[in-house]
Amino acid sequence: MPEHTVTSPETREPGTPVTSGVDREFTVAERSQTQLVLRRFLQHRAAVISLGVLIAVILLAYVGGMLWKYGAGEITPDNSQPPSWDHPFGTDAVGKDEFAQVLRGTRISLQVSVSVAILATLVGTLWGSVAGYFGGWVDSLMMRITDLVLTLPLIAVAAMLAHNFGGTWYLIAAVIAGLYWAYVSRVARGVVLSLREKEFVEAAKALGATDTRIILRHLVPNALGSILVNLTILVALAILLETSLSFLGFGVQAPDTSLGLLVSEAQTALTTRPWLFYFPGLFIIIIALTINFIGDGLRDAFDPQQTKVRQ
Amino acid sequence: MLAFALRRVLVSIPVLLVASFIVFALGAASANPLAPLLEKNPPAPPNVIAAETVRLHLDQPLIPRYFSWLGGLILHGDFGPSVTSTMDIGAELGPRFLVTIRLIALAMVIALVLAIVVGVLTAVKQYSKTDYIATFLGFLFLAMPSFWLAILLKQGGIAVNGAVGYPAIYTIGSASVPPPTGFGANLADILGHMILPTIALALISYASWSRFTRASMLEVLNSDYVRLARSKGLSRRTVMVKHALRTALIPLTTVTALDIASIIGGAVVTEFVFQWKGLGDFFLNAVRSNDTYATSSWLLVSAVVVIAFNLIADLLYGVLDPRIRHA
Amino acid sequence: MTSSGSVHHEEIDLSPGSGDAAGTRRGRAGDVVLEVRDLSVSFPSGDGPVRAVRGVDYVLRRGEVLGIVGESGSGKSVTSMAIMGLLPTTATVTGQVLFDGRDLLSLSENALNGIRGARVAMIFQDPMTSLNPVYTIGAQIAEAVRAHHDVSKEKALERAVELLETVRIPNARERISSFPHELSGGMRQRVVIAIAMANDPDVIIADEPTTALDVTVQAQIMEALQVAQDATGAAMVLITHDLGVIAGQADRVMVMYAGKLVESGTAEDVFYTPRMPYTLGLLGSLPRMDRPTERLTPIPGSPPSVVNMPPGCPFEPRCPKATDLCRETEPELRETTGPEHLAACHHAESLVGVVADEVFDARVADADTLAKLASEGEK
Repeated sequence: MPEHTVTSPETREPGTPVTSGVDREFTVAERSQTQLVLRRFLQHRAAVISLGVLIAVILLAYVGGMLWKYGAGEITPDNSQPPSWDHPFGTDAVGKDEFAQVLRGTRISLQVSVSVAILATLVGTLWGSVAGYFGGWVDSLMMRITDLVLTLPLIAVAAMLAHNFGGTWYLIAAVIAGLYWAYVSRVARGVVLSLREKEFVEAAKALGATDTRIILRHLVPNALGSILVNLTILVALAILLETSLSFLGFGVQAPDTSLGLLVSEAQTALTTRPWLFYFPGLFIIIIALTINFIGDGLRDAFDPQQTKVRQ
Repeated sequence: MLAFALRRVLVSIPVLLVASFIVFALGAASANPLAPLLEKNPPAPPNVIAAETVRLHLDQPLIPRYFSWLGGLILHGDFGPSVTSTMDIGAELGPRFLVTIRLIALAMVIALVLAIVVGVLTAVKQYSKTDYIATFLGFLFLAMPSFWLAILLKQGGIAVNGAVGYPAIYTIGSASVPPPTGFGANLADILGHMILPTIALALISYASWSRFTRASMLEVLNSDYVRLARSKGLSRRTVMVKHALRTALIPLTTVTALDIASIIGGAVVTEFVFQWKGLGDFFLNAVRSNDTYATSSWLLVSAVVVIAFNLIADLLYGVLDPRIRHA
Repeated sequence: MTSSGSVHHEEIDLSPGSGDAAGTRRGRAGDVVLEVRDLSVSFPSGDGPVRAVRGVDYVLRRGEVLGIVGESGSGKSVTSMAIMGLLPTTATVTGQVLFDGRDLLSLSENALNGIRGARVAMIFQDPMTSLNPVYTIGAQIAEAVRAHHDVSKEKALERAVELLETVRIPNARERISSFPHELSGGMRQRVVIAIAMANDPDVIIADEPTTALDVTVQAQIMEALQVAQDATGAAMVLITHDLGVIAGQADRVMVMYAGKLVESGTAEDVFYTPRMPYTLGLLGSLPRMDRPTERLTPIPGSPPSVVNMPPGCPFEPRCPKATDLCRETEPELRETTGPEHLAACHHAESLVGVVADEVFDARVADADTLAKLASEGEK
């Protein structure tokens, strides 16, 4: 049934001759790869809505935090207030405005998770693509190391390391990234392995292209989609791990704060001040949820075949 | 098949040895067991510190220390000295292991069954209302921090108990203290305590596994061999179960095994919220008290569990997929 | 499978295994066994419905081989998938498929299962993916037998051995416990053919049965198909994009383009007196053994998108004979050299006695264009 996949102009084989004048009435103007990806992403409704929500949350955390009448950590005369117009997320036992606290926690949690995603992606992609490209014993050795990292419960190892070295957000980020790169390297290796066998890479090799040229001109651009999708999902994973660590008491330490630490602090008075529990949790969920949807949209956009097989 | 199984078992032995060194080094590097003594005010007397240094073998370099730890472990089942001189790490780990493993095992079974049912259903009814709702819920659970979900469930349990006026759902601990008498009552008590933590732990894995099952099932449903099976005139049921499901579930074994480590991590968080005296509690205490032999031993136990599960998954994969078996 | 139909049908009737009860069920050679009426298929897409098949009519007679030719995207495979009820549920199918007095399109899944595999069987394009990797080939053939006959597993396996022997798989008895991955592509396609034969069907639809295989194996598979047809007496629909495959095998030929039939007739009609420029173009791009060919004549351009099709003949943009009439009105199939020879072209008569390189501009294949194509491929 491969016929009808060829029917829309986008799925045209790259080599199909488009002689102007011949199919003037049928061919939609050729679109560039970027335009195609963008167009397909915009068709993913959940992803587009999520992107809007995420941008709103980021603006709220960074710009809103500066404009809000109460500073984070500032002690107001109202303590243990339920949500009101003055304190939309209520206040805690000593009178800190929870809205300001959640915005600060969001900033820290986002900083940690975005740093983790970028750092782990850089290290993991390099590690995985070197292993995949060279293969043989290099590949075996490098991947056994990756496997060993993945054998350990990351949150436990992160807790151990963070307990001794941690406390500030960038050290937490470094600890988490130091474990998550292993996930990325697996994915990157898989992508490189499959690309390495593709005809266009073989063709480039046959034409005498150097390793560097093949990696830069053929592998990296084609792997970019998967890497980007993975980076996105990594942000969501990292925010969950960071908040869990902080919740257990091994992550970001007071007086600094993170969304996980806020939930942890709320635990002591769940029945009397439940708002302190719900709002930071809600922000974690919103951030992780929107990022996952964006990742899903990107995956569809980069690789339409994967999810919409012949449908 | 036997040769295949034997080869896989033999391959995991060196992996286990390397893992044991890594967890030992990781434990040793992550903290200084003497730090609490040194930071004490007033500081502990030098002879105490010297005695502790010898007792914890800190006077030896890392490598010999590792070998004496490994030797003691293999020969005498001794997990090494704890910073709490009265504590036997091995004796402590044993019962806690049973507590935690029953939580993990039950949560995995529930998550798997639920994931397969929902994954298959949403694949068969792709783009239906059921599919959209299940997909959204899946994404929601994936985005939910496990500790938050656990607390939410615990609060729900407390609310139910408040409403009915007696403790209908256990929200704290892994069993009643003291345990009720009689085998039946004891079992019921343990299962009752497991309800909420199991749900909390299962939902997280369920979310990613059901997504995976759905994708795998969709791929198989669109495959040429399912089309050929349909063209033979087989009933829908036969095609679905014998051809589609049977093949779609094969990769799930690998995915499940890969997730074991993160489920153990999830169990630490879940046990913390529900105040279980399991492996999670042991680990958190060990980290807080810089008890490096205890953290290394804990990591080793979890590495053994992970490697064992991966071995089982590998063997199962071989049974399920003839292409692997013959390779 | 000779081009002379009547001799061929007599052979079938004499062949062992088909003159029994199945023979009376089958009725006489030359009767219509399958009739497709105004079949249309469309799929939803982001740019509007994809009209993959647009009103196809044809009949298939007992014992004959009907070749369906067309490029990728012409709707030839979708047509057969629609007949078998194998399209995804997102597809909209209209029209009728009459088999044994019943409309297959209106049958329930259950009723259809009584026909699929038993009376109408199908062979697919890619033998590498057509068999389930986790079951032995014996089990997969036996399953086809047991789907329609109440026999024991052992009996069904015996039948599987028989079938494998018929399609000339060596050591059939040992082979039934092999898994698909242990067989070559050609061997796997023989297994798929054996599955199609399993219940002595009346119709076998072979969808590009040799396309995915090595050229060296293609002839063997065509031979196996012939054996299958001889053994079962089934009528066969042979779908391909390769006129060469059809040439020696088909009694009648239909040409599809952009979801429609554009020419149909006996093999002689279509090959020797084509009346549609597209058919002519297809013939021109075929290397011939019977006369020296200086160069092949390609058809410029590519098939149109079947989303939002403009009015007029779908081949018009690529057609050197096109006029204003072609741009405005899509031609209907009409009689040309005889009542059985139909073509959809306003200018059918102007093709009398011409060959492809007189109609199509052969310059398309010059060095500049090739270089340009190569550089586009590089992007």
